[in-house]
Amino acid sequence: MFKIVEKRDWHPLICEMWIEAPRVAKKHRPGQFVILRLHEKGERIPLTVVDKKPEEGLIRIIFQKVGKTTFELGSFNPGDSLADVVGPLGRPTHIENYGTVVGIGGGVGIAPLYPILKGMKEAGNKLITILGARNKDLLILEDEVKAISDEVIVTTDDGSYGKKGFVTDALKELIDAGTKIDQVVAIGPAIMMKFVVKTLEPYNIPCIVSLNAMMLDGTGMCGVCRVTIGDEVKFVCVDGPEFDGYKVDFDELMSRLTIYVEEEKIALERFKKAHPEIFAGVE
Amino acid sequence: MAEEKKKKGLNLNRVDMPRQDPKERIKNFNEVALGYTEEMAIAEAQRCIQCKKPFCVEGCPAEVKIPEFIALIVEGKFIEASRKIKETNALPAICGRVCPQEEQCEEKCILNKKGAPVAIGRLERFVADYEAKMGVVEKPEMAPPSGKRVAVIGSGPGGLTVAADLAVMGHEVVVFEALHKPGGVLVYGIPEFRLPKVIVEREVDYIKSLGVKFECDVVVGRTVTIDDLMEKEGFDAVFIGVGAGAPVFMGIPGETLKGVYSANEFLTRNNLMKAYLFPEYDTPIKVGKKVAVIGGGNVAMDAVRTALRLGADEAHIVYRRTRAEMPARAEEIENAEEEGVIFNFLVNPVEIIGDENGWVKGMKCIRMELGEPDASGRRRPVPIPGSEFIMDVDTVVVAIGTQANPVIQRTTPGLEVNKWGYIVADPETCKTTKKGVFAGGDIIRGAATVILAVGDGKKAARAIDHYLKTGEW
Ligand SMILES: Cc1cc2nc3c(=O)[nH]c(=O)nc-3n(C[C@H](O)[C@H](O)[C@H](O)COP(=O)(O)OP(=O)(O)OC[C@H]3O[C@@H](n4cnc5c(N)ncnc54)[C@H](O)[C@@H]3O)c2cc1C
Ligand code: SF4
Ligand code: FES
Repeated sequence: MFKIVEKRDWHPLICEMWIEAPRVAKKHRPGQFVILRLHEKGERIPLTVVDKKPEEGLIRIIFQKVGKTTFELGSFNPGDSLADVVGPLGRPTHIENYGTVVGIGGGVGIAPLYPILKGMKEAGNKLITILGARNKDLLILEDEVKAISDEVIVTTDDGSYGKKGFVTDALKELIDAGTKIDQVVAIGPAIMMKFVVKTLEPYNIPCIVSLNAMMLDGTGMCGVCRVTIGDEVKFVCVDGPEFDGYKVDFDELMSRLTIYVEEEKIALERFKKAHPEIFAGVE
Repeated sequence: MAEEKKKKGLNLNRVDMPRQDPKERIKNFNEVALGYTEEMAIAEAQRCIQCKKPFCVEGCPAEVKIPEFIALIVEGKFIEASRKIKETNALPAICGRVCPQEEQCEEKCILNKKGAPVAIGRLERFVADYEAKMGVVEKPEMAPPSGKRVAVIGSGPGGLTVAADLAVMGHEVVVFEALHKPGGVLVYGIPEFRLPKVIVEREVDYIKSLGVKFECDVVVGRTVTIDDLMEKEGFDAVFIGVGAGAPVFMGIPGETLKGVYSANEFLTRNNLMKAYLFPEYDTPIKVGKKVAVIGGGNVAMDAVRTALRLGADEAHIVYRRTRAEMPARAEEIENAEEEGVIFNFLVNPVEIIGDENGWVKGMKCIRMELGEPDASGRRRPVPIPGSEFIMDVDTVVVAIGTQANPVIQRTTPGLEVNKWGYIVADPETCKTTKKGVFAGGDIIRGAATVILAVGDGKKAARAIDHYLKTGEW
């Protein structure tokens, strides 16, 4: 059993936890994730490890409540335990001194981006970070990102904080201003990553993306996480989660993410009915 | 019961085993075969003529003392019979259900020359179930603690066997399993209707009662490496029994469409995650009206019969050779036929076709004919030019095989693999090229059978015991 030792609600829909998982904490490197399962009847879902304290055997996760499992996880409290946490899974990010790195995080994608940025900074890169959120309340980790970045640009869709607009607008401005960019790392919704790559294409600036494919085992055993990269089919859980953004078939990724929308709705509605208290205050 | 047809004192008709009615069973996931009663078991056991030189034993990879255990059944000593089997095979309730007896002991049985062989598998399962039902499962005599520690990686039949045997020999054993539940293919692959999961749990509990510890949620190679286990965690030897779990796809267009599954995904959702009980269980599974399962092995049979039980109107097997070449067990092919599975022989998919939303709406196939025998001795299927046609399906399950998952091999220096990625191990001792490390089961030979994994486990346990006692490599 994997005990939750600390919990913070960033927003009614965004939650952070520190969980006891000593083996994972010891081995984890930036870019890797875990698969967790809440209880005997639970499903297995992947979440990126945002941070760790190996001496204390703790890992940190941040997630947005979108379906039954994440809402239920959000209702767990310090002292509660998860049935399973397995990892660290996936290949770690390739970190080196590229020169100037631009990190782009959208929504809860900022969480998996953070440990990579930390690694990039430690490797000696100049770090410019663009954070995007729908609105001010949904923006996470701003202070921690500021602490490691040379420059931080915030955009919100509704203009409630930072610049109004999308991360791609801010990226375009940077490029137009003549900023020298050696490497981009973008993590967020598939559609955001797709447009970041589109923005970069004319300038041929390399871009790493981290894919949020659906997963089951996370060890290369089922193939549900497969995605077309260039002219090959790869498994995100073992070959990724990071890939060269220019090669990813984002439309296919987005399509595959919708396989179980109906079932997810059924599960969420059923859970809402059984536990209305968890949804109090959530629109 | 079959009609009696005696010939020179020989009874050539085996006692039928009751099964659930096909019309009923395709609506549930309960076990299809119901097992013998005591009377049936005795009647069937009486057919054995107690050969002086029993060919059946030669056909058994675990060298089960077949005539001896059958003689005990005739005397009504069912528990003793079960223990007799367990002297050489720790998993009789499982093997009695899933072993391909028709190619092993029963094929070799002397009665097979003249009529039906003794139903050795059914008898094996009967005594194992009887012993469990009576609640008298007995622990063997345990050797005194040796002070040595062994790490077993993977909890399939190979890993379970090695763990049980080494514990009895006095060693401290920890089993590391990547998934959240022990059992390997027995829990994630083989469906409930063929092997009820309580039986696997029972075996795992028994092995725990011998003092073996299980640590699930550990992917060796990621969570911890073999070198960590040996150098930092104090294990004196390691057994690798990680199976051949990586799915193979066909490499044809359309395989990433929605509605295409690997058999591993399809079966894991259903068996390990219990998707057939969604939404009570959280993991969903989607099965359309017309399902095509590609392949002709046990895995394909399991997938297609699962699809029927999940409510598919039509469940097809698409196989590029003919029925005679199908590697699946004869009994399972018959079960599938009874349940209404449609077999499409000499057909090979060339493309999966999607609709405007990315869902499968059809599968383009080509007809095949059998040509010259290939390396495996089976006649090679060759496409008939111009014979393409479209199958009207909305779900495709690819069950054409599995391969080695490279995670351990990549993270273990000194461990040699062959050109297919399987770990090189001595067939007699299961020794790998790395000192103190042994391997067995599907990871040394590719997808095979439960009993071969059990056999490796037996051999490896003896070799590991020897290594731990002498230090000789
Ligand atoms: C659907 C299906 C039906 C079958 N039907 C039959 C049948 O009727 N009769 C028959 O005899 N055989 C059958 N087989 C084949 C049989 O199940 C296998 O040959 C047998 O299970 C192999 O045993 P094993 O011990 O090598 O490994 P497996 O049973 O494959 O178990 C390996 C275990 O190791 C774990 N693992 C993998 N990698 C790691 C890692 N890095 N760290 C930790 N753990 C790891 C896996 O999660 C798994 O639990 C079937 C197989 C399938 C898939
Ligand atoms: S070969 Fe057949 S008849 Fe002879 S001992 Fe074995 S099971 Fe009995
Ligand atoms: S999640 Fe199963 S192979 Fe990647």
